[in-house]
Amino acid sequence: MATENIIFHVADVHKSFSGLHALSDIDLGVKEGETHAIIGPNGAGKSTLLNVCIGRLKPDQGTVTFDGTALTGKQPHEINQLGVVRVFQTPEIFPDLTLMQNVMVPCLSKRDGSFKLNFFRRMSAEKDIKELAESTLVDVGLGEQLYNDASSLSRGDKRRLELAMGLAQKPRLLLLDEPTAGMARHDTNKTIDLLNRIKAQGMTKVIIEHDMHVVFSLADRITVLAGGRIIAQGTPDEVKGDPKVREAYLGEEQE
Amino acid sequence: MKNESALKDWTLIILFAAVVLTMPIWLKPLGANYPDLMQKFAIFGLFAIGFNILFGLTGYLSFGHAAFLGIGSYTAVWSFKLLTMNVLPAVIFAVVMAGIFAFLIGFVSLRRSGIYFSILTLAFAEMSFNMAYSVLTPITNGETGLQLSLKDPRILDNFQGEGIPITNLFGVKMSGMPGFYFCAAILIIGFFLSVRITRSPFGMMLRAIKSNQTRMAYTGFNTRPYLVWAFVISGMYAGMAGALMAVTDPLAGAERMQWTASGEVVLMTILGGAGTLIGPLIGAGIIKYFENIFSAFNEQTLNEVFGALPDTLQNIVVKIAGLFVGEGWHLLLGLMFLIVIIFLPGGIMEGFRRLGKLFRLSGRSA
Repeated sequence: MATENIIFHVADVHKSFSGLHALSDIDLGVKEGETHAIIGPNGAGKSTLLNVCIGRLKPDQGTVTFDGTALTGKQPHEINQLGVVRVFQTPEIFPDLTLMQNVMVPCLSKRDGSFKLNFFRRMSAEKDIKELAESTLVDVGLGEQLYNDASSLSRGDKRRLELAMGLAQKPRLLLLDEPTAGMARHDTNKTIDLLNRIKAQGMTKVIIEHDMHVVFSLADRITVLAGGRIIAQGTPDEVKGDPKVREAYLGEEQE
Repeated sequence: MKNESALKDWTLIILFAAVVLTMPIWLKPLGANYPDLMQKFAIFGLFAIGFNILFGLTGYLSFGHAAFLGIGSYTAVWSFKLLTMNVLPAVIFAVVMAGIFAFLIGFVSLRRSGIYFSILTLAFAEMSFNMAYSVLTPITNGETGLQLSLKDPRILDNFQGEGIPITNLFGVKMSGMPGFYFCAAILIIGFFLSVRITRSPFGMMLRAIKSNQTRMAYTGFNTRPYLVWAFVISGMYAGMAGALMAVTDPLAGAERMQWTASGEVVLMTILGGAGTLIGPLIGAGIIKYFENIFSAFNEQTLNEVFGALPDTLQNIVVKIAGLFVGEGWHLLLGLMFLIVIIFLPGGIMEGFRRLGKLFRLSGRSA
């Protein structure tokens, strides 16, 4: 593995919950611009790994570094300000705000940093922010309901809104937790198209996904987790052919 | 787009100023056009507007805002005693002092959220109240309350008149109608600021915190300073209201810091509509109106009101209505509060919105 262009590095991470080893000996490098998928059966430790990456959980051992900066021990907002953005599995949005406001909030965070006391400025004067929010919402296919309350959206639309909130920040690393869960096949394909378009812009992505169709349409490289350990790593073709993977995970689905 | 919404803000503020300044005219039929009561409307309106910036926008419910009201009053009276009877320095010092205390109390209380935050603010306010009565007696004059006296230095005035002087604004005496217009002017400025805060990026962040605070952290915001600033700003409003109380009647007592006073502003805000611009003002107006008008009703006035009814019916109606006025005005307020909360959880402003929708619908179908 060439190390010179690895931007996101999980090194030697261990995490256990009251004696249960959720993650052991995780080593993972994500290259700049690539889409890296993490797959594995239920309980394999995927979500734990993601939570360690964004600072929600502290690993017992090991480090997570992004672009040379250690993320372990940092506050969630500091990690976001470094350009690492997470899209959640259960949509985390601002239900009482409009779609536009939902996307303008992350845009302002990107522009103004983690705190700015600008209570004498008019929101309506923020033209650039407005345009950016609007075009991002159109991109994810929510252009029709810009001024509706976010709480009125269907679950699938909420997920797309959250994706828009993440994309609007133009993150350097986007962590996606099952971005298409709860979407109909048609919407899933639209999301795949959208994510492939972003890839052309060179955004680095880590995706956790159940849906093999999504994984194989998007991923450059795949890491397979089982029982809290990495059992295989490589390109989609390499992983597909790995007997250990077939045994642990793909077996039932492929045959 | 920019000009359009700026225009809308200005229309709102000019309309608001017109309504406030014409209060002596349109409150006449309601029997509430005397300066004393109108000053109260303005002062408590200001208190409620400020409280709404914290509670209405961020959802953090403080049960201790009366502490800042009291701090504002004490500071203003001290300014009258030591410096000058001019109200301007008194108001400025009061706002600064309330801001400092709000920062200290807010900084600690905002380590927690939800009910724990409310309890912390309540604890701080009760501590301030008890300290004003006991250890701080040299500053607060304990139970008697802080008053002006002939022996006060007033180093800027060197006032050598007969008796205790009256507060003034560069010579204009702040009693009666001029006092009301001064309070009204400050209320209008306070309202203008609250409109700007609500419509600013900062205001949007506060609303986003109310909606989903965890998400704010993962969106890259440090929510703590936002909350501390919202707390300080609303504390400054309370300090300003406290100073105006001292301007219209230059004495300050610890009872102003009691938890019932903190509870009152919560009621005002919820009754009118938390999170709306006008709602808290309407709530403050209604509660102060009831407190001053209905509490003054007695059996005789009721008999006059229901004089047209047959005698036996009149007696029954007066007996029942008598429970809700005079001493029992709290009963009426409680009943109204219940009705609003059950049927209009968004307060009186939600009632207006629903009415507006109804009219628009019927207008469209017609």
